[in-house]
Amino acid sequence: MNHLRQLEDQSVYILREAYKNFDNLGMLWSMGKDSTVLLWLARKAFFGQVPFPLLHVDTSYKIPAMIEYRDRIAREWRLDLVVGQNKEALAAGMNHTMGRVACCTALKTNGLKQLIEQKGYTGIILGVRADEEGTRAKERYFSPRDKHGDWDFRDQPPELWNQFKTTFPPGTHIRIHPLLDWTEINIWEYIKYENIPFMDLYLDKGDGTRYRSLGCAPCTTPIKSTAKTVDEIIDELRHTTVAERAGRAQDEGRGMELLRKDGYM
Amino acid sequence: MLPVSIRLGPCWMVFLILPYKIKVTMDNHTQKPSESLNIVIVGHVDHGKSTLLGRLYADTGSLPDGKIEKVQAICRQQGKEFEYAFLFDAFLEEQEQGITIDTARTFFIWKGRQYIIIDAPGHKEFLKNMISGAARAEAALLLIDALEGVKEQSKKHGYLLSLLGVRQFAVVVNKMDLVGYRQDVFDGIEKEYREFLGQFKAVPEYIIPVSAKLGDNIANRSTNMPWYTGPTVLDQLSRFKKEAARSEQPLRFPVQDVYKFDARRIVAGRITAGKLKVGDHLVFSPSNKRANIRSVEAFNIDPPPTEGYAGQSIGITLDEQIFVERGEIATHQDQLPSVSTAFRANLFWLGKRPLERGRKYQLRVANKEVDCEVATIHRIIDTMDLAQQQGSTTVNKNQVAELTLRTKTPVAFDLSASFEATGRFVLVDEYDIAGGGIVTELIHDDQEFLREEARRRDFAWVKGEVGVEDRARQYGHRAAIVLFTGGRYTGKSLLARQLEGRLVADGRHAYLLDGENLRRGLDADLTDEERGQTDEMARRYGEVARLLIDTGLIVVSTTNPFGLHYKEAVQAIRTLVHPAPVIAVHMSKTSEEPPPNTDIVLSGPTDLDKATKQIMDELKKRGVLAQAIGAKPTFQYSI
Repeated sequence: MNHLRQLEDQSVYILREAYKNFDNLGMLWSMGKDSTVLLWLARKAFFGQVPFPLLHVDTSYKIPAMIEYRDRIAREWRLDLVVGQNKEALAAGMNHTMGRVACCTALKTNGLKQLIEQKGYTGIILGVRADEEGTRAKERYFSPRDKHGDWDFRDQPPELWNQFKTTFPPGTHIRIHPLLDWTEINIWEYIKYENIPFMDLYLDKGDGTRYRSLGCAPCTTPIKSTAKTVDEIIDELRHTTVAERAGRAQDEGRGMELLRKDGYM
Repeated sequence: MLPVSIRLGPCWMVFLILPYKIKVTMDNHTQKPSESLNIVIVGHVDHGKSTLLGRLYADTGSLPDGKIEKVQAICRQQGKEFEYAFLFDAFLEEQEQGITIDTARTFFIWKGRQYIIIDAPGHKEFLKNMISGAARAEAALLLIDALEGVKEQSKKHGYLLSLLGVRQFAVVVNKMDLVGYRQDVFDGIEKEYREFLGQFKAVPEYIIPVSAKLGDNIANRSTNMPWYTGPTVLDQLSRFKKEAARSEQPLRFPVQDVYKFDARRIVAGRITAGKLKVGDHLVFSPSNKRANIRSVEAFNIDPPPTEGYAGQSIGITLDEQIFVERGEIATHQDQLPSVSTAFRANLFWLGKRPLERGRKYQLRVANKEVDCEVATIHRIIDTMDLAQQQGSTTVNKNQVAELTLRTKTPVAFDLSASFEATGRFVLVDEYDIAGGGIVTELIHDDQEFLREEARRRDFAWVKGEVGVEDRARQYGHRAAIVLFTGGRYTGKSLLARQLEGRLVADGRHAYLLDGENLRRGLDADLTDEERGQTDEMARRYGEVARLLIDTGLIVVSTTNPFGLHYKEAVQAIRTLVHPAPVIAVHMSKTSEEPPPNTDIVLSGPTDLDKATKQIMDELKKRGVLAQAIGAKPTFQYSI
């Protein structure tokens, strides 16, 4: 388990740097496997505590089981849960049929921006991984966002050894990515190693399908799989040739580059 | 800004969504990884770094099924030549310009090891991105184009690898197909480049002739170059050693933070060298505080650990309530780090504006953040020919320089030759990390002897049962010293008296330490000459102040006995009372320059009531006084 400990040590170091350097910090939690591992790593870093709020940007289209899981874990682990929602866009009837990128921008990107603005967060911790897709592969651990939440990927700050960008002008904020070095397989290996509770949507419950990546119900489709345990998921991933986010509709074409430049997670 | 329209055909669309997934058909991939290694690929622009990476993935079956064929077919349709380099350049702009702008992390598993391979940009405009990629690497591949030969960035990257501490690397001479696979061309490049590397004692593990485009010596041994018998690139990756955990070195445990979420006060940090265990006696530098490790704390580990090793992010509790703070370095007592306010360093500068002698920057060494200034720029090093240019007062972007840095307060650090993590640093200019470097030499400052005296004295200090924290809780404040400096007849004594009176009236424990009282007593044995030099008087004064501070008092004093030598005396007193808070107040009738690190400057006629309030506010701000008597003290600093 040596390589998992290495990954854990680095992520814990990053989380502690974030906690030390940002007065108003929040961690995004989508209840998916990655951000749940991130949440677990925070409990590792802070010896069982989570000393900052967990933020969930609720699009209202999430799979219902996700919300039940969220509320149960938040209660059991005594989390400070903050739920944000772009109510204006929802009132105006925003949904995925109006365009997937438009819908993600309104309900997720803008929902997050509203939450950041309302609460004045200066640091947001996210569970994105470099192996998910091309633009995330080019992220920094500490990545600045300007006043509009935009990402200037052409001029990213240097990241030397374990010295990160922790100072920033007023009005801007920093996205913190402790899971950049983790792969999808590492996430499941760690879930198994630490026995982390996760949603059973990731498992086949008899119909020969499971979710590999979780998002909004209309834009997330399950994959064909008979993996019924974490071990079987790991084994399946070692032999798959299909991309993890193949079931995520917003990734098509240049979707992710455009979304992420404008502040998408 | 990104162009709004998508100007590329469908061929590109495939690359854009191409995920870096691992095709797993061979045992080499499925074998469970037991360790992970970070590799960076560097070299001059267009020498084929991204192509090498693409080829490596393709030839090891690490790309999704049919992807290459699909991409090739579309490229044929569009009359474009297929290039492996396209696979990892995710930004549209990178594909349009055919260059890598920023580093990408890619993953692959081979023979029981997980690799994170970082493709660094070779264009000099993106040097800071190359450095970010190389700084987190444990080994490197440095590419040189066989046709173009050794170029500017080949040398700069080679030099920077050494500066960044990447000691394991192989040189890859690419595009051998373009020179007819000739050994003499290869030998010429090898000779030239080895000579260059030799000047700073860097030695590559191998120099490998390849053609990334055609796959010679990448994953498969080339039949075109029978004269080469060394490893292929893939073999070389397996040969790179996992950095031997630095656990065999003396302990270096920089304090990252101190937590008190519950009854435990946990000192958290990452061990950068050596190991520790429950019961070990630790010394924290530069404060010289000491305590034993009571426990190693962890979440969800049963039974709890009793040891910690280099590389681990851990937390410990101590057997005594000493207050240590972020930035101090814990070690064993017989292997202390250097402590000084100055060191010599090699630095590379990435800032948008040039580094300037005399300008203030924030220095970060391990977890310590402190203000510093560039005292001297000894020389600029031209990485092309390692020529040296002297007499410069600035260092421009992407230049390398040798310089001396001077910090505002003493810092614990190591020489980079002995300890990597505590021997390197970054400089922050305004909001940005603008440079990085390694410590090459400790510079002895004029406080060295007194600092050593303080260290020896603190190590041997006999403590009673009542701790510093117990006193602070009883008294409702921490111990500190308020030091008034300035010329004659500026009202220092008057203000000092008023402040003492005010503190005591408020229920604080304060004492006016007037140097005159030492002169006739403790200093009575000094000769006139010794009195004239002030050194010994200042030392004795500092030791008395140190004793009073240990009793928990707020010491109020003036430098009156030191006359015109008060600036030197202040330095000595600061060193001896370290790490107690010093609130320095300078009074003068003119606007002369106050001693360094002065907190409050009062020039011209002084309103004593207003000045007293100003000092009280500073004491609150510094956490010496709780906001109100009886209020829960929130102390920020250590003592």
